[in-house]
Amino acid sequence: MGTVAVHGLCKSFGKVQALDGVTLDVPDGSFFVVLGPSGAGKTTTLRAIAGLEKLDAGSVHLDGRDATGDAPAARDLAMVFQNYALYPRHTAYENIASPLRARRCSSSEIAAAVEQMSSLLHIERLLQRRPAQLSGGEMQRVALARALVRRPRAFLMDEPLTNLDLKLRVEMRTELTRIHRSLGATFVYVTNDQVEALSMADQVAVLKEGKVQQVGTPTEVYERPANQWVAGFVGSPPISLLACHAEGDRLVGAEGWTLPRPSWTTAEDGRTLLLGLRAEDLSVEQRGDASLSGKLYGLEPLGDRTVVDVRVGTEIVKVKARPTVTGTPGERLHVTVDLDRAHLFDAGTGLSLSEAGQ
Amino acid sequence: MAVSVDEAVSTGPVRDHTPSARRFGGRGRFVLEVALLTVLAVVMLFPVLWMIETSIKENRDVYAIPAKFFDFKVTMDHFKDVFVASGGGRSTLSVSFLNSVVVAGVSTALATVLGVPAAWAYSRFAVKAKKDQLFFILSTRFMPPVVVVIPIFLMYRQVGLIDTQLGLILIYTAFNVPFTIWMMKGFVDEVPAEYEDAAMLDGYTRLQAFWRFTLPLLLPGIAATAVFALIFSWNEFVFATFLTSSDNVRTAPPAIAGLIGGTTVDWGLVAAASVVFALPVLVFAYLVRKHLVAGVTLGAVRR
Repeated sequence: MGTVAVHGLCKSFGKVQALDGVTLDVPDGSFFVVLGPSGAGKTTTLRAIAGLEKLDAGSVHLDGRDATGDAPAARDLAMVFQNYALYPRHTAYENIASPLRARRCSSSEIAAAVEQMSSLLHIERLLQRRPAQLSGGEMQRVALARALVRRPRAFLMDEPLTNLDLKLRVEMRTELTRIHRSLGATFVYVTNDQVEALSMADQVAVLKEGKVQQVGTPTEVYERPANQWVAGFVGSPPISLLACHAEGDRLVGAEGWTLPRPSWTTAEDGRTLLLGLRAEDLSVEQRGDASLSGKLYGLEPLGDRTVVDVRVGTEIVKVKARPTVTGTPGERLHVTVDLDRAHLFDAGTGLSLSEAGQ
Repeated sequence: MAVSVDEAVSTGPVRDHTPSARRFGGRGRFVLEVALLTVLAVVMLFPVLWMIETSIKENRDVYAIPAKFFDFKVTMDHFKDVFVASGGGRSTLSVSFLNSVVVAGVSTALATVLGVPAAWAYSRFAVKAKKDQLFFILSTRFMPPVVVVIPIFLMYRQVGLIDTQLGLILIYTAFNVPFTIWMMKGFVDEVPAEYEDAAMLDGYTRLQAFWRFTLPLLLPGIAATAVFALIFSWNEFVFATFLTSSDNVRTAPPAIAGLIGGTTVDWGLVAAASVVFALPVLVFAYLVRKHLVAGVTLGAVRR
């Protein structure tokens, strides 16, 4: 068992409201990612679950039992800190052994558990070193081993991969997913990296300014963002948002363009809307019925693809294209729009008007 | 050879100051620095040197005019007199040294035991009006000892702490605790709180986390702070003079001062007692010199 539920978490630091009614439900055995920009309250949420932060309001339930006032030690959780927090005067071995020592395990049990963990994470030859003698990736593995060495209710991870270089980060991402599968344990994982969130998570909670914006599977969050902000935060290159309004069977842009009105929207005429278009749902290479005309603004070759920036009126629309695409700035282009995959948001509230997002 | 800016940019005819600039830029400057430092060292160290010389001179050489710098007979009689009474047995001075050791040692230990946890609490927890509290703690040190010694004297007389070692220990502790809190808070601030967070998630209580993981990292800071507190208690003169009078309670500073003022002054004994008195502080400061510098530059400075 390992469910974590928090309800209505509120916490302020001086005048800054770090958490403003955060409610999350982490099912047993899931890889639950809390995603948001820095300052969104992700770490504070995690520390609240761990019992390291005194809350202004709200409750924490572990396995269905109210644990709001419990000491961290009583919660039976393990945490990986962003800067690892390895004890500087202890060897890697002693660092990994620490949670077992705290629970007064026998030294033979400890030796067996540490050995098992070190072979799982390939750190056998580092065990006698102190943190100062380890590289960032090695410290990260030792910190992971210290968390994984026992079987707590849930694992809490605070941006454990941010301090690693790109190659190692990609490696560790797969590694963590593998570990999660093999343990079947509950992971609550905090990150500001949407790639980590989308690639590892069973469930993603998107956080902004201490408020939960959306909870769902990675596909739901990407395909059906609940609001304009989530749509803009998740996805790379970022979604293009164009101001428009509905007029009969057409969408009329503030920049003068018109598109057929998508069949799925129920937005009434005249209401100010934002049309959200993801780069992969647009094309400059094929011709279709629904298209915007604009001028080539710039090309961003990314190796496996090229992002074409097209200027529609005064706004820039990002279009994903084959790496072979060429063009000169200022050249006239037609951008074909896959309207079935487009998003509409209310310009005032930012909320999604697509049927599934509501 | 380094080329000075003046040399590198001067294009016109050699100006008046150029030769002197060249001289002071290289070896000349070094020589001048050493000369000035030597003068300073002589001025600072001469009294110390004279004290050491006097302590090993025979009495007639002490009073010799002109003063004998080198050609005197070395004697250790004065040092013997510091520890052994003229009729045999322990001298009053040796008793006062023992008193100093007890008073300074116990008050430093007390201040450390009380101050370090307080510093940790001020560093780690959200305490109401923390800055005001810390300022108040520091403000107890604004008052010079001479100002507070009279009220303390009157209070001590009421509660029977006059002329007791406990009285001195309490007042030195009271003076050292604020200092310990302030200096140690700087050191605790330097140790990331995450170590304790991690330890608590490992299953330790907050106090265990502090004891097992933070305290060992604070030891250099504690050593530096304790030495400062020890030096204060060891050297303290005003309270010791006013609050103690009997020979078996009195600490070394008033005891040594008491040697001066009779009809004749045994300068050899005064000097020898002073050397013995100064030595422990010098040895301690030397032993923890690395931490002392760390304490001054890192612990006491708020970032």
